[in-house]
Amino acid sequence: MEILVCVRRVPDTSENEIQLNSAGNDIERGDLVYSINEADNYAVEEALQIVAKAGGTVTVATVGAEDDEEVLRREMAMGANRGVLISDDAFNGSDGRGIATILNAFVETGHYDLILTGVQAEDGGAQVGGMLAALLDYPFASLVTSIEVLEDRKLKISREIEGGQKEINEIDLPCVLSIQTGINEPRYVGMRGIRQVAGVPIPTFHAKDLGIGPGAVGEAGAKVKRVDYFVPVLGKGAEILQGSREENIDRVLELLEAKGGLK
Amino acid sequence: MEGMESVAQVTSSLASSLATGRILFLLIHLLGIVCFAYIVAKRLVPLLRAKPDLRFDHPWLRLGRVLQFWLGQWRQPRYKLAGTLHIFIFAGFILLAIRAFSVLLVGVSENFVMPGLAGKAGPIYDVITDYAATIVFLCMVIAVIRRVVFKPARYAVPAKFGKAHTADAVFLLSLIAILMLADSLFAAARAAAPAQAGYPVEALAAFSLPWMLKNALLSASLSTLGRLYFGAYLLHELTFYFLLCYRPFGIQFHVETSLFNIYFAKLDREILKPVRWGISDEHLDQVKSFGVKTFEDFTWKHMLDFYSCADCGRCSDNCPANAAGRPLSPRFLTIKARDYSFQHYPIFGPGKNGTALVGNKDSGSIYTEDEIWSCTTCGACEQECPLLVEYIDKIVDLRRGMIDDGNVPQSLQKPLKALESRGNPYGKMEKKRADWVNAKQFQQACPVKILDKTNGAGTLYFVDSITSYDDRMQSIGRATARILDHVGESFGILGAAERDSGHEVRRFGEETLFLALRDHNVEAIRASGAHRIVTADPHAYNALKHDYKDVPAVEHISQVIAREVSAGKIKFNPVANDSSVYTYHDPCYLGRHNQIYDEPRDVLDAIPGLKRVEMARSRDRSFCCGGGGLMLFYEPKEDQRMGVKRVQMAAEAGANVMVTACPFCMVNIEDAIKVAGLEGKMTAIDLAELVDQQIARDCPDLKARSIAAQASEVKECVALSAK
Repeated sequence: MEILVCVRRVPDTSENEIQLNSAGNDIERGDLVYSINEADNYAVEEALQIVAKAGGTVTVATVGAEDDEEVLRREMAMGANRGVLISDDAFNGSDGRGIATILNAFVETGHYDLILTGVQAEDGGAQVGGMLAALLDYPFASLVTSIEVLEDRKLKISREIEGGQKEINEIDLPCVLSIQTGINEPRYVGMRGIRQVAGVPIPTFHAKDLGIGPGAVGEAGAKVKRVDYFVPVLGKGAEILQGSREENIDRVLELLEAKGGLK
Repeated sequence: MEGMESVAQVTSSLASSLATGRILFLLIHLLGIVCFAYIVAKRLVPLLRAKPDLRFDHPWLRLGRVLQFWLGQWRQPRYKLAGTLHIFIFAGFILLAIRAFSVLLVGVSENFVMPGLAGKAGPIYDVITDYAATIVFLCMVIAVIRRVVFKPARYAVPAKFGKAHTADAVFLLSLIAILMLADSLFAAARAAAPAQAGYPVEALAAFSLPWMLKNALLSASLSTLGRLYFGAYLLHELTFYFLLCYRPFGIQFHVETSLFNIYFAKLDREILKPVRWGISDEHLDQVKSFGVKTFEDFTWKHMLDFYSCADCGRCSDNCPANAAGRPLSPRFLTIKARDYSFQHYPIFGPGKNGTALVGNKDSGSIYTEDEIWSCTTCGACEQECPLLVEYIDKIVDLRRGMIDDGNVPQSLQKPLKALESRGNPYGKMEKKRADWVNAKQFQQACPVKILDKTNGAGTLYFVDSITSYDDRMQSIGRATARILDHVGESFGILGAAERDSGHEVRRFGEETLFLALRDHNVEAIRASGAHRIVTADPHAYNALKHDYKDVPAVEHISQVIAREVSAGKIKFNPVANDSSVYTYHDPCYLGRHNQIYDEPRDVLDAIPGLKRVEMARSRDRSFCCGGGGLMLFYEPKEDQRMGVKRVQMAAEAGANVMVTACPFCMVNIEDAIKVAGLEGKMTAIDLAELVDQQIARDCPDLKARSIAAQASEVKECVALSAK
């Protein structure tokens, strides 16, 4: 099973204080710590577990710049066989469809049975997976919470629905899946693991390698443009319950019932 | 008298009765020795396949420890009854050793007498050993009764760890008792023989076991005595060799291995085992696999530890994780590994291939992941073990193996990632690490310098992560700074240049990340130009003292305060609240690991009107609060929090204020007070906070003076205020 996982390097929300920059059009990026998008990490772990059972290789690819190589290396340290950087100045400012177009071109350069993306980038729109599948004309399933490889080039996948129900579907290969966090428990990767893959070459694919014309991607090709970026005004804050412990417990139960948290 | 034989004839009649068995006895000797040698050789096989362990240095120091812990049975009295019993049994064994050899050799060499015991020493030795055999026999009886009737809790085997060990214990104890009986009967028969010739019987130690048996045999005929003499000898020899060859199959192997285990025990308990002995930190990339994943990854000394465990249960009895109901029981860490080695390296038959030690029981693993992550490295187990079995190194090594394989609980992955990116487990920004010094009133009263190449000071206050970033613990930082200021210490902090000390990072097995944090900190410490380090965090203290190389000497704030109190530079106001009863909780990394027990207590006792009580478990028996560093992030499976147990111990001791000297203890104890439902009845305060609160600050000018001038000025100031 040849698996491609599309990953993205994002500012780590748990290790940064996201603040607007002085111009007010983006976040302050000077002091940011970046890491792999959480959902993408789950996707790579899932891919590794699938090939551990069914054989094959895992390729991780990202559309970005040299800085983004670090997440490719981290996923290779985790066990991915190959890392690929897809980079070109012409790609800067691409919208979601632009990214999907670029990835589509890359997929065409290889033979992949299964393509995984994370459900949503922490700073993204949960759209690339679906768009990529449409461009490839592959079947697509989103919010996947489990994958089982069946015979006859099929997968049995599940998705969690609001309310806690689980939906089971069958999908043909080749396909694209967007992976939900919590599908597995990703293995730990530390500095040592990354050092061990430090010497492995990561090839870069440029626009001309993929045969992508200038108008299709990048800022020029973007059909969705960012207009504004702001932090919402803070609300009142939490309701602090006063009273004895027993009184507070009763009040909390009341509130839970009233808001539908208890049946 | 007619028909009466002489003493010599009587004795030689016995001797000749024994002589009939000479060939048999010789055969048994040979068989016994060959079997024992073979078994021991087989037991050594896994040690030859093990990883290296450099324990051949300082032979005199090691011999000294053998005298203290092996011959001196130093750890035994920590459990009074069992300890006393064992001291007697051990002393008996040592004293009887020569006698045993004599008896064994008499069977093949008729007139054998041990060199040195031919003259006057002989009978004296016989008297001593008569009593020794008696005492050992009595101890066996008491031990069996303890096992079968009283069943001390620490001997119990939880169901998940297998069947009870009582039967095997009783079997071995009985065999030793039989050995004593056989030896005594042998002596008794010979002693009683002269009675048959009408001569006075050989004197034996009065009221000893041989003496009692001799009296019972006074009317036995010479031929009966001859048969008993022969039988006792045979029984003694068979029992002796059976025990010798059986011991290596169980916990009694400690009889042979204990001396070696203590000789090779760690000299400096606080230096953690490196990833691989013989490979320096710079060359670690040469090591293909970190940590212990299979049995052969243990060092030979670790394997010797497994052989040497006497199954006494004292470690688990004191293990806070065990008391909390976590899956960890140190005793069974050892016993399971020992059983694993017996299974995979059997005496007869081919060995079996090893599997991963940590994992699923069905795939042959002996440890679960939670078992290994549960340990807080408090050191209570190592403090207790009479055989000096080492645990922390093994736990750290097993964790290294899991980290190497990426097998880390999600709850720990997040803080580890944050430590890598931001140098603290909370993921907070580096530049905010020193924000705690900017608290409005504090900054005006006690400005704290941030040290670097251009801005130096003699003393570095190493704050570490929790005190820097946690809202509650920042008050410990401010209290510490005010104290240092009060005593005129020229100090500063590293600020944003400081990273987590990495103390738990290393103990959770992430050696690479630890080395990165350490190297960064060492550089920053050197750049600060400080020639002295002070910290209020025992984990940082331990790391700077033992894990860090080439840094200035480090002190804990309690040591600084204690010194300044006895020098008269710190004076205290009396406590405000008469009804407060204080108790001091020894933090594991200040007390047990670094033996700093008295300084914090001296400080508390210097505060006028402070009523202090001691908890039952204090000093080196202190009970861990729950652990610090990364342990605060781990989600254990437990019945009750360690902190809750500790807070209840404080309440039992009659205290309503717990004083501790560690920010992690503070987190756990304050939390536990709430969980235990003792809010309003119990409070906790840090030693630095308490000192800061109670310091008599009647000389505001003191701050601006140099340390040299202060000594005389304090006297002046005190004299002035006394007027």
